Amino acid sequence: MKKLIWFTPIMLVFAALWVGTAFAQDPTPSDDDVNRIAKQLFCPVCENTPLDVCPTQACAQWRALIREKLAAGWTEEQIKQYFVDQYGARVLSEPPRTGLNWLVYLVPPVLFVVGVIILVRTFRSPKESKGGDGTDSISTPTDGTPVQPAAGSDDYVARLEEELKKRN
Amino acid sequence: MTQSNPEIAPQKKRGVPLWVQVLVWAGLIGLLGLVALGLNRSQQGTVQVGDKAPDFTLATFSNYEYNGASQVKLSELKGKIVVINFWASWCKPCEQEAAELEEAWRAYQPEGDVVFLGVDYVDTEPEARGYLEKFSITYPNGADLGTRISQAFRIKGVPETYFIDRDGMIQYIQVGPFQSLDQIQSVVDSLKAK
Repeated sequence: MKKLIWFTPIMLVFAALWVGTAFAQDPTPSDDDVNRIAKQLFCPVCENTPLDVCPTQACAQWRALIREKLAAGWTEEQIKQYFVDQYGARVLSEPPRTGLNWLVYLVPPVLFVVGVIILVRTFRSPKESKGGDGTDSISTPTDGTPVQPAAGSDDYVARLEEELKKRN
Repeated sequence: MTQSNPEIAPQKKRGVPLWVQVLVWAGLIGLLGLVALGLNRSQQGTVQVGDKAPDFTLATFSNYEYNGASQVKLSELKGKIVVINFWASWCKPCEQEAAELEEAWRAYQPEGDVVFLGVDYVDTEPEARGYLEKFSITYPNGADLGTRISQAFRIKGVPETYFIDRDGMIQYIQVGPFQSLDQIQSVVDSLKAK
């Protein structure tokens, strides 16, 4: 009996906590819920207007439809698929990754990588004239007398050496 | 004495390999081709008079079936004159011609050689049904699922109406609403007379 006296208040506290964590069922989805999906869709009849900000009567009907489907328990993906089935894939703000749509995802990164490669090659090319240890392959004697460029060296280097000689 | 005196190795020009160049150019030309195709398609107007009507299957709304069938295939209507009207419940100009289209349908329905099809363009079904009831429309109607039919006809808006002859060729296109019942009947009668 003594145990029961202690046990009852503890159970009551837990019961109160349990009730406190229960959420009220809201049958009407909020505007935020609707717009969260609507902004991922585009108006099929207006030019480049996301559904959440589209002011036309048709868009209002589609937002009402989203609300209706949410209230019916549909998931975001199901609603988006419904819109695709009804109005085509062009209503999606993000094109599906199928067929030629892949170009949208592949071309920009490929072009970026190609650009980086071109840049790297361009910036690396002047260093090609350097030796493997990073020192100039055209060395200058310690006494200051310039060494003639070795046979087969670049004309440009030869001309440069000539100019330096003239200045000295 | 020098700090270092290696011989300058002959500079080998490092170009982009030929196969990479070919690949890049082929890719660029391919992309340009795709862009050109897309632009060409977007610049095209609607299908033209004299063209063969693009075939399609229309899934009808319940209570708006064609001869009890929930699907109508245009090619199966060969031998009949077909009037295809693109509309939407949100389209105000469509309301101007709704009653006339229904009146024309009721006039030709008993003969059986003229079929009216309503294609509901990017719409929601409850509103579409409300529109059909409001104008007491009885001819077969259905949604343009995935906008496949409107894309095939390359419509520029609603309302647009296409008159198809018995051979499946487009004979008249009405862009915008009809002004009168006579306008509809004169086109249909001219096709019936052929």
